[in-house]
Amino acid sequence: MNIDYSQEVPVIEGRITLAEIDRLIAKPLDEKPNKKFFIALSITLTLLLIGVICVSYLFFRGTGVWGLNQPVGWAFDITNFVFWVGIGHAGTLISAVLYLLRQKWRTGIARFAEAMTIFAVMCAGIFPVIHTGRPWLAGYLLPYPNQHGLWVNFTSPLVWDVFAVSTYFTVSLVFWYVGLIPDFGVLRDRTASKLKKTIYSVFSLGWRNSHRNWQHYEKAYMLLAGFATPLVLSVHTIVSFDFAVSIIPGWHTTIFPPYFVAGAIFSGFAMVVTVLIFVRKVFDLQAIITLDHLEKMNKIIVVTGSMVGYAYGMEFFIAWYSGNPFEQFVFINRAFGPYAWAYWIMVSCNVIIPQLFWIKKIRRTIPAMLVIVIIVNIGMWFERFVITVTSLHRDFLPSSWGYFIPTIFDLGTLIGSFGLFFTLVLLFTKTLPVVAMSEIKAVAEGAQPSHHGGQH
Amino acid sequence: MSAKKLYGLTALFNTPDEVVHAASKVNQLGYKHYDVHTPYPLHGMDAVMKLKPSKLGYLTLSFGLTGTAFALLFMYWAMSKDYPMIIGGKPFFALPAFIPVTFEVTVLLATLATVIWMLAFYFKFPSNSHPLHDTPYMKAVSGDKYGICIEADDVLFEVEKVNSLFKDLKSYAIEEVYFPIIEPTKIFEPKFLLLLAVIGILTSGATYLTLNKIIYLPPFDWMMTQKKVTAQSKSLFYANGFGMRKPVDGTVARNFLPYEYKGLAAPVVPLGNPLAPSNEVLKLGKKRFLTFCSPCHGNFGEGDSRLRGQFPNPPSLHSEKVRGWQDGNIYHVIVNGQNVMPSYASQLSRDERWAVIHYIRALQKAKNASPSEIIEAKKEILSNVAK
Repeated sequence: MNIDYSQEVPVIEGRITLAEIDRLIAKPLDEKPNKKFFIALSITLTLLLIGVICVSYLFFRGTGVWGLNQPVGWAFDITNFVFWVGIGHAGTLISAVLYLLRQKWRTGIARFAEAMTIFAVMCAGIFPVIHTGRPWLAGYLLPYPNQHGLWVNFTSPLVWDVFAVSTYFTVSLVFWYVGLIPDFGVLRDRTASKLKKTIYSVFSLGWRNSHRNWQHYEKAYMLLAGFATPLVLSVHTIVSFDFAVSIIPGWHTTIFPPYFVAGAIFSGFAMVVTVLIFVRKVFDLQAIITLDHLEKMNKIIVVTGSMVGYAYGMEFFIAWYSGNPFEQFVFINRAFGPYAWAYWIMVSCNVIIPQLFWIKKIRRTIPAMLVIVIIVNIGMWFERFVITVTSLHRDFLPSSWGYFIPTIFDLGTLIGSFGLFFTLVLLFTKTLPVVAMSEIKAVAEGAQPSHHGGQH
Repeated sequence: MSAKKLYGLTALFNTPDEVVHAASKVNQLGYKHYDVHTPYPLHGMDAVMKLKPSKLGYLTLSFGLTGTAFALLFMYWAMSKDYPMIIGGKPFFALPAFIPVTFEVTVLLATLATVIWMLAFYFKFPSNSHPLHDTPYMKAVSGDKYGICIEADDVLFEVEKVNSLFKDLKSYAIEEVYFPIIEPTKIFEPKFLLLLAVIGILTSGATYLTLNKIIYLPPFDWMMTQKKVTAQSKSLFYANGFGMRKPVDGTVARNFLPYEYKGLAAPVVPLGNPLAPSNEVLKLGKKRFLTFCSPCHGNFGEGDSRLRGQFPNPPSLHSEKVRGWQDGNIYHVIVNGQNVMPSYASQLSRDERWAVIHYIRALQKAKNASPSEIIEAKKEILSNVAK
């Protein structure tokens, strides 16, 4: 294999003109949705409806409709929460961290990944709220002056969570919107429909492509990226504190923050690849979201997957090395106890199968890639399930040991969250440009001035 | 038509190199009010246009630090001043545990401030009525063309000169852009007022329904309507039917010692005054004495009631008998009452009773001092003043 590393691989395949880029990206917005779109939407809406029914029934009857009970007081709700927050991490990582690292290939996928972040955090936000006894009083989580003279407990990881997730959501949304402003300007100037023009004008805020604006805009974008980078690390760190700050064996470990962050990036990239495979096919964006991009993401998946695998091993090592019999019991019980099936699903999905991505052929074959990333998604859901449930189900008193079995409402709520996520993704693809037009144009060939007077 | 005011002259180019060249030319000629419009930021344009680096970073820093300070100070105040509580054995100001919230607030405030400041003050957005909007020029530069615009309010601006400059630069489309003619809008338009009224009614109606009706529908249940035994409710479980349990005989409330001679004519062994006659205690005693005792006993305890015979006058507190009493005896009278005087136990707390006794002693001393004692006291006061 002779690869010339002195030459940067072009971000866009082929020689597409800038006008062609605009046309390609805006095409789904200009055309009326076709039959396939409505079929897909009806499927996701059905899933969403299942979730709505399950959650309504939960509100009516209380959390008793779920399968959790002592000693497993936390099960699907926290599992789903951590799962979705984790998925949300890829977007900000791609848009912020790769931006700071000057990775040009991020431009093709950044917008989509950011949108997925926002939708995933929305899905995640549902679970902490609905698992409280009276979810309509969720406002109590915020520190506001009240008649009891009480404040929230600022030293509690659960309150940190409220701050972290809401800040993450707000900052991601702002970051996404700032990226969208120039694109709204493009859409405003392209469209012929009066209604669309009004809507795009309102959202573009009157963007004029002025270089005097671009200068501040680029600065602001870099500042936001600079903030979003530690933020993305902090959010999953704080989510891991929900476990690590407690004193339950199996949770009370210092490896949790880096381990959770690696897992979050792992699952997030897997979800981005899953969805992008379909998006680039359906919307003919193969030239903009290229196989190279997917391959690069697959490389990150294999790296983070191995980091997660290292964390699994290290947990066992520390359990043995600590000499703490409770810690040792929990880990032996995790791998060989009643939930061994879940543990081994997790290990094979997250550590063993992604190793196939070492092979270049598999990294660049769409069907193989799709199967692997879906397996990774399943594995990462099981990781959170294993951490939560296996640490709880055999606590210090053997007389109260139990076995958690999810009810139909647990499963329905999980299905509903997928319904919500994919409904939002589908609506997004038809309402907003799935690729940042102004960014992708900037990295197209010949888009930047040749600095030394036309030296080619 | 003089109503149409010229905004500026625009020129379009096909390649980024051309617009870079045009911008550097315009800049060299000394134009200040001009702008380059490109579909995406062009590298190196800042240098060509000689723009100063954006100062947005300083704003971000100052708002970020404000967020940090606000979060830390607020948590300090809430957790150690307003409602101090020991949680998990941590100190009231548990800095490590405050870091996550501090970080999040910092990021949140800095991000929002940066973006809002940039949009509102640097870009002056929203501004959908800018003259450049809806021009063929704007449509071109948001697509794949590159443009430059020299504004009419530049001191060097002359239509012919700029036009020929753009032609020299080989622009493929030169266009004059005018300010749009904006019709003044009236606030007291009937349609607008009607809209306001409808919005007002809808908002208040929805708020009323939500806060007063909807939140009390099932499944929204409240703790006050829960099925549970409350303080005065009947119990079907306990034999005596009381919801509340009676405390064990002899149970004493926290921080409360019962008065052991209650109801007796006189204390068996009078208690001693537990308070020292400090300034504060005497002040408190005076206040309580004037409020509760003076209506009958008089302001100086001489038995000169203010009640004008509506209630029998009590004897003077300066009698030999009362002066000879121990503090505990006076305490006993305050708690139990005497003759027609009722008990003042519910009006005065234990400390207040003892403070009142100190004050009565001071009154007695002042009223019955011997001349030599008065001289002594005066000397003491003078020496205090001298100090």
